[in-house]
Amino acid sequence: MSFQLICFYAFAAIAVGAALAVVTVKNPVHAALSLVLTFFTTACVWLLADAEFLAIALVLVYVGAVMVLFLFVVMMLDLDLEPLREGFIRALPFGVIVAVVMLAEMLALIGVRSMDIVAPADPAAAAGLSNVEWLATALFSEFLLPFEVAALILTVGIIAAVPLTLRHRKGVKAQDPARQVRVDPRDRIRVVKMAAETSAVQNGTLPNQESSAP
Amino acid sequence: MIQFNPADLATLRPELFLLGATCAILLIDLFLKPAQRNVTHWLSLAALAVTAVLVCCGAPQEHGVTAFNGMFIRDGVATVLKVFVLLTTGLVFLYGRGYLRDRGLFIGEFYLLLLFATLGMMLLVSAGSLVTIYLGLELLTLSSYALVALNRDSRASSEAAIKYFVLGALASGLLLYGMSMIYGATGTLDLARIHAVADFSANSPHHMLLAFGLVFLVVGIAFKFGAAPFHMWLPDVYHGAPTAITVFIGSAPKLAAFGMAYRLLDGAMGGMSGQWSLMLAVLAVLSLAIGNLFAIAQSNLKRMLAYSTISHIGFLLLGFVNGTTSGYAAAMFYAISYALMAAVAFGMILLLARAGFEAEEIDDFKGLNKRNPWYAAVMALAMFSLAGVPPLFGFFAKLMVLKAAIDAGQLWLAIVAIAFAIIGLFYYLRVVKVIYFDEPQDHGPLALPKDLAFRVGLSLNGLALLVLGVAWSPLLEWCYGAFAIVAK
Repeated sequence: MSFQLICFYAFAAIAVGAALAVVTVKNPVHAALSLVLTFFTTACVWLLADAEFLAIALVLVYVGAVMVLFLFVVMMLDLDLEPLREGFIRALPFGVIVAVVMLAEMLALIGVRSMDIVAPADPAAAAGLSNVEWLATALFSEFLLPFEVAALILTVGIIAAVPLTLRHRKGVKAQDPARQVRVDPRDRIRVVKMAAETSAVQNGTLPNQESSAP
Repeated sequence: MIQFNPADLATLRPELFLLGATCAILLIDLFLKPAQRNVTHWLSLAALAVTAVLVCCGAPQEHGVTAFNGMFIRDGVATVLKVFVLLTTGLVFLYGRGYLRDRGLFIGEFYLLLLFATLGMMLLVSAGSLVTIYLGLELLTLSSYALVALNRDSRASSEAAIKYFVLGALASGLLLYGMSMIYGATGTLDLARIHAVADFSANSPHHMLLAFGLVFLVVGIAFKFGAAPFHMWLPDVYHGAPTAITVFIGSAPKLAAFGMAYRLLDGAMGGMSGQWSLMLAVLAVLSLAIGNLFAIAQSNLKRMLAYSTISHIGFLLLGFVNGTTSGYAAAMFYAISYALMAAVAFGMILLLARAGFEAEEIDDFKGLNKRNPWYAAVMALAMFSLAGVPPLFGFFAKLMVLKAAIDAGQLWLAIVAIAFAIIGLFYYLRVVKVIYFDEPQDHGPLALPKDLAFRVGLSLNGLALLVLGVAWSPLLEWCYGAFAIVAK
């Protein structure tokens, strides 16, 4: 057993264990952290398979960006954990049975041996390029069209996010400087002209008469 | 080293034009006030029309042309499907405007998402590689998920969108899983090369791997079509989505799904047609049974039409069971006829809908004949055509796929299909009965929408079902011609 093979088995075991933890641990923060571990060990497995660019991209993009965002969301939401777990134990045996049956069927049908496909020669090594260089060349020559279409899909994501999240709420107390500057004093204060009040003496009623009244 | 060939861009001219126009509309729409949204509407329709002209003009005469190292195929099948995809999307724009305006959904994003979905369908029907198929499909479905959720304050719409999204993601996952197995067995992503390289014989070392990949491909395709038993999302999505978007989901994507199934099953896995035609036969029978039986129980017209879609998918798959070019041509003819019929049926719901009134119950059509005889006749035409009554379009479409099934020696399938078509007649005729023989709840004449383009479009679309029912041969010739180009 070579050192590489030992490493592979170790990383694979950790990846599977961490993936199981993602769906079984109670605390969503722990689940998100287990997912980070899953991504990380998967990246290690890819490194063993000489796919160093994919491994680095996985760590940078998923662990560095996506999962941090995930953790933020999980921590900011005040999640009620109990309803999330409801029915998990009840559904677990059924789920396990289905999973095991499917695995057994697939192994019986395909067989482990027919999976033993001779891998085609590494095109990067054949071209005498490093993994990253070969990937970049393939992406911008052979896979140019799919690459551009993937960019379109991202554009659709941006456009779709706008109508689904943009709200023009009424009654929001946000300040609009343009409207503040344009305001006319007459909109705020109404000056009303009134006739001056006549004095009480002229009306013929005296204050002491009022106070003497019972 | 593969070099970029500028001539490839000419092959992609319609798609590039549509992309450019969509980006231009995206920018123009930013500067429009809500009252000027009609500019977006007409610009989008113009973009679709010009794209359709470009599709027809540069269509290859004899052989299909490939571009970008076989990633993109432009052949007769792609041309026919693209023309009808663009036509039905244009109808969606025409029909939906008033409905969306009444509900505060008349926004530029509706047009942009629909245009991007159209671009995705055009890529999907022209795909020459597993990667392009997947990306075209994602471009279509991601836009569709967002469109279904567009009315985000409605609980039903949000629920429909979540269901559509989760099951759609599952289907994409299954499709990718199948693709990865086929890639593992053949070492190539190019559909034509898979067909050439793969060893489909029973004693090949990769036979089980290929068969497994094929099963996952078929499941993914069935999900996208909405064929039973993978139809669960369909009634909820049709019902929950705003009707203007249901028109879209019910029409054009079926054409694209046909294109995807044709490219994958015939283009790549043609050597295993014995296996997949059996799987499709099972799917067809289940779809016919579930679609027609469940539709009887529906009182909501949108749900009824959703179940009727499932049964029509069953008919469409009969053409595939044949596994020859004439079978595919019949299936394509059926997909086109279904898209046009569904557009009329959902368009009628949009015609009757008002602000605060959806007109989606069958009872809302009570006595329509007394209120407006012309549109009652249009709806009756659509229902008769969906049921497959001669001499309407739907009848000849059904005839062609049944003929294809019988030619393939599957007489029992044809008999099952006819039996379920007769059961299906019941619920279509019930709508006609409600329109002509029930007393209207509201005796006043039908208040028609002011939008002249909508009324003319819907009337012409309804008449087309009659005209194409009488003069169906040019369209069928075109479908046959498209496949003859492929098969030389």
